[in-house]
Amino acid sequence: MFLIHCPYCGEREQSEFKAGGEAHIVRPKQPTELSDDQWAEYLFMRKNIKGVQFERWVHTHGCRKWFNMVRDTSNDEIKAIYKMGEKPPTKYK
Amino acid sequence: MKNKYSIISLIKNSFSYHENWQKAWGDPEPKKEYEIIIIGGGGHGLATAYYLAKKHKIKNIAVIEKGWIGGGNTGRNTTIIRSNYLWDASAGLYDHALKIWEKLSQELNYNVMFSQRGVMNLAHNLQDVRDLKRRTHANRLNGIDAVYLNTQQVKKFCPIINTSPDIRYPVLGGTLQRRAGTARHDAVAWGYARGADEMGVDIIQNCEVKGIKRNGDSVDGIETTKGFIKTKKIGVVAAGHSSVIANMAGLKLPLESKPLQALVSEPVKPIIDTVVMSNAVHAYVSQSDKGELVIGAGTDDYVSYSQKGSHEIVEGTLNAILELYPIFSRMRMLRQWGGIVDICPDASPIISKTPIKGLYFNCGWGTGGFKATPGSGDLFAHTIANDEPHKLNAAFNLNRFVSGDLVDEHGAAAVAH
Repeated sequence: MFLIHCPYCGEREQSEFKAGGEAHIVRPKQPTELSDDQWAEYLFMRKNIKGVQFERWVHTHGCRKWFNMVRDTSNDEIKAIYKMGEKPPTKYK
Repeated sequence: MKNKYSIISLIKNSFSYHENWQKAWGDPEPKKEYEIIIIGGGGHGLATAYYLAKKHKIKNIAVIEKGWIGGGNTGRNTTIIRSNYLWDASAGLYDHALKIWEKLSQELNYNVMFSQRGVMNLAHNLQDVRDLKRRTHANRLNGIDAVYLNTQQVKKFCPIINTSPDIRYPVLGGTLQRRAGTARHDAVAWGYARGADEMGVDIIQNCEVKGIKRNGDSVDGIETTKGFIKTKKIGVVAAGHSSVIANMAGLKLPLESKPLQALVSEPVKPIIDTVVMSNAVHAYVSQSDKGELVIGAGTDDYVSYSQKGSHEIVEGTLNAILELYPIFSRMRMLRQWGGIVDICPDASPIISKTPIKGLYFNCGWGTGGFKATPGSGDLFAHTIANDEPHKLNAAFNLNRFVSGDLVDEHGAAAVAH
């Protein structure tokens, strides 16, 4: 259990949120031209990093808005939170 | 040569106050080179090494373990063993394991305390009833014992269940696999370790893998905290850390690692002599030989390697347990822990070759790997030794995520993942 600072509502309990997996996976622009390997990469393959990871969360039991989070998956420490469409903070790249 | 465990050896050793038992496995320094290296000294890894040595007569094998053997998910699961899976591929895989379980203590000369006390899966709504009946039929077509029970039969088999129609999720029926049950999870790791050690497998503990050396499209060895070890074949059985190892080899896997929690109560007198699982309310419970209730909770929905997990997951599970078993309302919980499980998008494992020659992965067991331990080791050993999968694990290849030929056991497998 940890606290998450929703960029729209402020600090709330993690139980109000839902994790949406790895962030910045771009939806293919030309889906009809994708090979099976490229589909597999887009749909299934994940970095699943132990350490600092970029991910999406949604404030399900709050404003229901999506946002991005930078989190250390080895100890659940949240490093940064930024809105959808904003550039990810460069210091964690 | 290991001394055989028997009643006679037990009596003999009692005269020396059990202080002179032979060491069950050694503590060797790594050699410069091995024919095959297994990364991960849990049940699956040790079983793989055991069958590589025993069935495939490979002499020069090492098991590399970051911590101590059986100290990861092998010692963190809720010890449930069953094979009542819906799809043919899964049924084949898990029943292969169950058949080995039935003779494992004798084979290893190590009591893994396999107890076929039955596993009952409950139905709480009409869709559950239909799904469970369908699964029962599918199981029987695959030669797996399964029966469907109505509410009265559920109550008769496990009298402490609250079968009142007034509860939030009433018990409408259930399935029972009588051959299913539990085993002592530590003993499985120890038994396989002892057996593998006897056949010359080096079990190297406290040795963390830091990198995988590649030579073009094949593997050349591993970097560890105890130095570089050369090898042409690497079998990775690292559970929650599979992606971390894959990353070292420049490979991406379709896995997400998440905390799965379990908890045990204070020990009490025998009250539940079977395993009861409920998919809909996500609670399962059995009783250990020490008398503790062993309760399995669900996974968190975020990636984490922290071995902790959220409190509300445990709370949700206990809510369900209390509604189903009001008798437990004043039980106190003793310990709670988390293990990191690697979950595949189709909730089925990967026992497979990879695009890198000499690199094999056995991963993606998600929340239900313990039951498969002997079968997984046997089939993974076959895959590594022959560089080809056995027919029982052919469907569980890595390429299914490209071909789309998934083994979708989400929910179908009698418990939600």
